[in-house]
Amino acid sequence: MRKLHLILLVLLAVSCRKDVELFKTGETVVDKPADDGFSGFYLLNEGSMGSNKSTLDYYDFSRGVYQRNIYGMVNPAVPKELGDAGNDLAIYGGRLYAVINVSNKVEVMEARTARRIGQIEIPNCRYIKFDKGFAYVTSYAGPVEVNPDYTQKGYVAKIDTATLKVVDQCVVGYQPDCLEIVDGKIYVVNSGGYMGGGSTNKYERTVSVIDLATFREEKKIDVAYNLHHIRADKRGGLWVTSRGDYKASPSRLYFIDKTLQKVTDTLPVAVSNYYLDDDLLYLYSTEWSYVTYSNVITYGIVDTKTHQVISRVLITDGTDKQIEIPYGIMVHPVTKDIYITEAGNYVSPGLLYCFNKEGKKKWVVRTGDVPGHFALLPK
Amino acid sequence: MHISGALKTLSTTFLVLTGHYLYGQQPGHDTLRLDSARVRTLQNVTISAPEYKEVIPSQKLSGDQLKNLNSFSVADAIRYFAGVQVKDYGGIGGLKTVDMRSMGTNHMGVFYDGIQLGNAQNGQIDLGKFSMDNMESISLYNGQKSDIFQPAKDYGSSGTIYLRSRKPVFDSQKTTNFKGVLKTGSFDLIDPSVLIEHRLSKSLSYSFSSEYIYASGRYPFRYRRVLPGTKTVAYDTTAIRENGDIHALRLESGVYGNIRHGFWQAKAYFYDSEKGIPGAVVNNVWRNPQRQWDRNFFLQGSFQKNSVNGHGVQVNAKYASDEMRYLSPGPDELHIDNSFHQQEWYTSVANKYSLSRAIDVDLSTDLQYNSLASNLEGFIYPRRLTALIALAGAAQLGKFKMQASLLGTFVNEGVKRGLTATGEAAVAAPAKHEFTPAIFLSYRPFEQNDFSLRAFYKDIFRMPTFNDLYYTDVGNIRLEPEYTRQYNLGFTYRKNRKGAVLSEWQLQTDAYYNQVTNKIVAVPRGSGMYRWMMMNLGYAEIRGIDAVSDFAFSLPGNLQLNVRASYTYQKAQDFSRRQNPLLEGLSYGGQIPHIPWHSGSLISGIRYRSWQLNYSYIYIGQRYDNSANIAENYQQPWYTHDLSASKAIRLKGYRVKISGEVNNLMNQDYEVVLNYPMPKRNYKLILSVEL
Repeated sequence: MRKLHLILLVLLAVSCRKDVELFKTGETVVDKPADDGFSGFYLLNEGSMGSNKSTLDYYDFSRGVYQRNIYGMVNPAVPKELGDAGNDLAIYGGRLYAVINVSNKVEVMEARTARRIGQIEIPNCRYIKFDKGFAYVTSYAGPVEVNPDYTQKGYVAKIDTATLKVVDQCVVGYQPDCLEIVDGKIYVVNSGGYMGGGSTNKYERTVSVIDLATFREEKKIDVAYNLHHIRADKRGGLWVTSRGDYKASPSRLYFIDKTLQKVTDTLPVAVSNYYLDDDLLYLYSTEWSYVTYSNVITYGIVDTKTHQVISRVLITDGTDKQIEIPYGIMVHPVTKDIYITEAGNYVSPGLLYCFNKEGKKKWVVRTGDVPGHFALLPK
Repeated sequence: MHISGALKTLSTTFLVLTGHYLYGQQPGHDTLRLDSARVRTLQNVTISAPEYKEVIPSQKLSGDQLKNLNSFSVADAIRYFAGVQVKDYGGIGGLKTVDMRSMGTNHMGVFYDGIQLGNAQNGQIDLGKFSMDNMESISLYNGQKSDIFQPAKDYGSSGTIYLRSRKPVFDSQKTTNFKGVLKTGSFDLIDPSVLIEHRLSKSLSYSFSSEYIYASGRYPFRYRRVLPGTKTVAYDTTAIRENGDIHALRLESGVYGNIRHGFWQAKAYFYDSEKGIPGAVVNNVWRNPQRQWDRNFFLQGSFQKNSVNGHGVQVNAKYASDEMRYLSPGPDELHIDNSFHQQEWYTSVANKYSLSRAIDVDLSTDLQYNSLASNLEGFIYPRRLTALIALAGAAQLGKFKMQASLLGTFVNEGVKRGLTATGEAAVAAPAKHEFTPAIFLSYRPFEQNDFSLRAFYKDIFRMPTFNDLYYTDVGNIRLEPEYTRQYNLGFTYRKNRKGAVLSEWQLQTDAYYNQVTNKIVAVPRGSGMYRWMMMNLGYAEIRGIDAVSDFAFSLPGNLQLNVRASYTYQKAQDFSRRQNPLLEGLSYGGQIPHIPWHSGSLISGIRYRSWQLNYSYIYIGQRYDNSANIAENYQQPWYTHDLSASKAIRLKGYRVKISGEVNNLMNQDYEVVLNYPMPKRNYKLILSVEL
């Protein structure tokens, strides 16, 4: 019996375990301090679905310091931190907005501190844009129709940024992704991404045009299967990317003339993601090859004035051969440094690379899981 | 489907062997003597015969020790074995899968009453579905079972778990057994079950058992975080786990017959359930709406004629139908409503020949056909024909015992276009054949001591699943099998001390080294999140130690105390290469996700007359949820204390037992799988009546 008592005692003794701590923000000095018109930038890590590991990193130009995972320590009282599957990040009116897809919310924070102000509840939210005090957020979770198959259109939510309340909704196509606002119109790309897996013709191939004044869909512009990004250049011309059907129709870059409201140019380059800076569109593409059974990654620069692909290179020092999955891209408007994130295998930490305008690596730092979305913080 | 020449030969061999049995058996003579041997065989047919001591590391829970465990499902009981990790998504309906020695769930074979439970679709057997209500024993073997007289499939996994349901056994004059059990408790559990066993004749008996389970699956869970340094509370949230309800019905019926020198049995099993899938708890989402329906049916039969004139034969056959429907209802998340229907036909003939008193050989031939259908868009209907042929030998040469086997596996696949768009290729994976050896040695150096050394080496593989190969958009027909190679060295020691307080104790310890090559992993494909391709890219090495020790104490005052302790150490490292050296640097050599370095368990039971008190404990040490072993992926150790007490009463010929259980006594908040909180302290009350 004494032995048993002893065993029980030992077991009870080991039964006190430590409290679980919030993640400490990690700080890494990666570069010399710089003063080039911006305070820093935020980087949103998506985290793999279900992991609740969407995190926010911040790079401080004035100190050359990279801070990893800042949200928890700035907002310790928020249960389960930032959330699951971050999808977009933007700064507007002194506030930082993070669209967190699986958490069904847009997190609203102070842009300087990342301190939480509140949240906007939007189920299955995707991307965000702003205009005159309103935020516009795309969502996959629009009205359901069963006829006889279950289908569900997406919508654009209109949010008053003063009250953080949804004030109106406009139904668009299936699974709308990015949106852009030019001359009183919202352009929303429809992907049909949930529908086309089995057969290509079920993908969407349109851009919805919403009139800002009435907030109703005016028309749909036919572009290509499975659209993803849309962004306007300095002249208001719209650059749209398609993912393609991953089979016969490849990913492409399209140009929509805002006056004609139709596609007037198709560039023969595949684009997974891009960044528009001044007149240049910096792009990369990841495409699966059934020949080599590996991803083929390409980079390039398009001149938005001439519509010409002026370069097929962004990285010149060989680092590109190491990058498994480029995922986020940004170009510093002043220094023209190129930032590219590496998402790796989507389930473990990624990397952020900084290249100078000649494409030589300046530094690299570990990020959270699936680093993907940048927001530059002006001074 | 094209059947290769090799397969034709095999099927012919199969038929010949079957024919040989059907027409080749001679009636035996010595009825009386063999009859008693037969009865003994029937009772001991569970696991290996006692006279042939195990040459292979094994662990077993059976009888009272198993009954007294506070386990609801088989998965709960398996947690007490060394070298095993149970992945538990929480709650009564939650998925529970088993990983042996960190080689991966798909390398584990689970056998129910002698025949393997299959899942060609994803290779996972949910052990949470198998109730402890009707379970007589659970045995676990590393490598394979010691007995060579077995189907070829029994040689085909890296490790195996044998579940044995209760078989009819009658006391002297009784012809009918009845047992009724009612369990109730936390999670709004209501779980009635009945068992009827009837002896039809001297050599034929019948059993029927049924169980219904309802639980709301609601339980409180808590997330509490403190600030680093100051330790002040950051947040402390308690919520109720939702959508974890389950409604399940199990019907099981068996016929058991004795024949001269052997036995046969046939069994039908039906399981029907609807349950909620509670999902991951993430920020702002405290409830998930996904549902799942399962309907499993199987019919299986076994026939065994034991060694007469040096030859024994065993025939097994099975048909299984598994239907599953998964619903993600929307509207807030992706709407999915998919149904899958798997079917399996299986048949096996094993022949054992005794070459001498010391040497046995076995030749087993199995054929199996699997198919999968679905309403999934773009689905390709895969079919697989597997032929297995195993040649095995067992020898006892003085102080040495050995067992060696060679398994040949021949796989042919075909596909049928389902809902794929026209113009898309629907191509089957190429035919595969593999030859895999295993060798087991045991050495008992001392005549007077019950001490033996043992060692084994085994090569085996798992086939890519139908999902790996054909799942719409993700599958890769070029996949090769995933291989494991196991090296094991261990010992057992047993000591009987009649009359002493510690009347008996034993210890078994094994050290092992495993390699998993060609590991099938999901690789991001092309642009866009959540697009993957299955590839043979991973490589892992596992070094570990399993130790299990049993103690039996005879204490004064008629007190009987039994204690079993187990300990597992595992260094399970991911050595997968990466294209990016910086990313490789984060994960290379890292501990495999969810595998603790240290884990252990303790079971103890003390009996005083009709009272029984049990205490059990499980410890899972720190681990990471990713091969990148960094702070962000750290998972806390957890440990639970469970207590139960029972009292047996005799009431007018009825044997009544009342038990009460408290699980997670210390009310610990823990997760086995990230974001799937486990129940806090919970209770159960069990009333059982036997006639």
